[in-house]
Amino acid sequence: MARTILPFGPQHPVLPEPLHLKLTIEDETVVEALPTLGYVHRGLEKLCEIRDFNQMIQIVERVCGICSCLHALCYCEGVEQIMGVEVPPRAKYLRTIWGELHRMHSHLLWLGLFADAFGFESLFMQFWRIRERIMDIMEATCGNRVVVSVNVIGGTRRDLSPEQCQWIEQQLAISEKELKQLTSTILNDYTVKKRTVGKGVLTKEQAYQLGAVGPTLRGSGWAQDARQTGYAAFDELGFDPIVEYDGDSYARSAVRFRETLQSIDIVRLAIARMPAGETATNIEGVMGDDTPQPVSGERGDMMQAYKRDKRRRTVAAPPPNLDLPSGLVSVKVKGKPDGEAVTRVEQPRGELLYYLKGNGSKYMDRVRIRTPTFANIPPLLAMLPGCELADVPVLVLSIDPCISCTER
Amino acid sequence: MFNMTKNVVANLLTKSSTRLYPFTVRGHFEGFRGTLVNNIDECIFCRTCQIKCPSQCITVDNKAGTWTCDPMACVYCGICVEVCPTSCLSMTKEHRPVTTEHETIFLQGVPKKKKKEEAATE
Ligand code: SF4
Ligand code: SF4
Repeated sequence: MARTILPFGPQHPVLPEPLHLKLTIEDETVVEALPTLGYVHRGLEKLCEIRDFNQMIQIVERVCGICSCLHALCYCEGVEQIMGVEVPPRAKYLRTIWGELHRMHSHLLWLGLFADAFGFESLFMQFWRIRERIMDIMEATCGNRVVVSVNVIGGTRRDLSPEQCQWIEQQLAISEKELKQLTSTILNDYTVKKRTVGKGVLTKEQAYQLGAVGPTLRGSGWAQDARQTGYAAFDELGFDPIVEYDGDSYARSAVRFRETLQSIDIVRLAIARMPAGETATNIEGVMGDDTPQPVSGERGDMMQAYKRDKRRRTVAAPPPNLDLPSGLVSVKVKGKPDGEAVTRVEQPRGELLYYLKGNGSKYMDRVRIRTPTFANIPPLLAMLPGCELADVPVLVLSIDPCISCTER
Repeated sequence: MFNMTKNVVANLLTKSSTRLYPFTVRGHFEGFRGTLVNNIDECIFCRTCQIKCPSQCITVDNKAGTWTCDPMACVYCGICVEVCPTSCLSMTKEHRPVTTEHETIFLQGVPKKKKKEEAATE
């Protein structure tokens, strides 16, 4: 039978990411898929050579917008490991809360896009409406909706007041109710099942051998989650990974849907168990020791101003709707990172790994980022052969590709 | 088939989820990082903000007493606000208005005089 090679992407109406696939098709059946990457390469790893290690937080946050908080968390944990900084317990819980809120908004975004990919517009809007609530929580607590910028080396930049915690719980309760109303639609609807059940099966062995991560791995029956390694406060908040066994698109979407509900529980638990105390942060570290010294004559004014400012910064509990800056002086991070570290966190899409190497100067030697989508592309290529051409967009979406983070 | 029916009915009977923009504007929460403002009278041109800014969009000239910011390069991280020793930088919760041209914020202040010069003028 004649084979045709069909270019698919990088611009495609249903693909949210610039991924190019060369599909070899026979009639309507895919027999082989070859990926081409490199459309959105931005050289962020190279940037680490000219930005100091504190500024790198803002850069790694921009590797991917949807999981910005977790990139910063992973980077900060690595630098803290190198520098031997102990993070205050409250800050660990705050990191967990914002990390899980990020997972929720990423999964809800994906569930919406997934519904959209097989033409279920109404479901798409329902999910995005729920997501809006989560985005509001971010805006009210972090000062931004997507790139929240709350992690710093030594803790977090903002704190949650009791009123804010209460409000978050209320919002989550409403979201949970709305999500549960959609359970039967996403998991039992005929249209959804028709497009997902038995499509793009990744067997348990394949998932292991090809190194799948995140919901792709858990959808194939492996109970493995980087949160079990106990970063941030996860070692104190016991939880079980969500597992599905079929390995098809349906299993992967079910994992994501159930993880969204699980994240709500984790946030609730974290709020309930969050210890009081200092929250963060390292004004010293942000100021660094390369703060320019004022020329003689200005020093008096500047020191006075600095003291006045410092008094303001050491207020113990910030008011509910606090204005910037809310940094509290507790962990003073001094010095420069010297040494290497490897850190892992669980992103919405799977395990994220950072390798960091500092050389004792303010610039890092190497920041190597290994993102979950990068790991999930070989499994995707194993899923595609044998499927129908019309299923390709849904299958590509089922691994939740994030090409901007794959290429950095 | 009828899984969504309850939702559909509920949506029909309740208020719409979207706003009638631009007639209804949501506004922002307290602490939203919107527009960067500099109260230039209090600025001491120490250059801390310039050094700490991750996107390197601030330029401070301490001789001439000028403070320049390229708002199009700013990523609204709020680092400069936190590090400013005199707290003259702040962020309002409104977005910067849309512009049609690439504009730069240029602020002219009074450069600090050195003690010797001050003594000489008195
Ligand atoms: S940090 Fe503040 S005082 Fe220093 S130059 Fe910038 S705006 Fe002026
Ligand atoms: S908000 Fe961030 S990017 Fe913008 S000027 Fe301040 S430090 Fe630079």
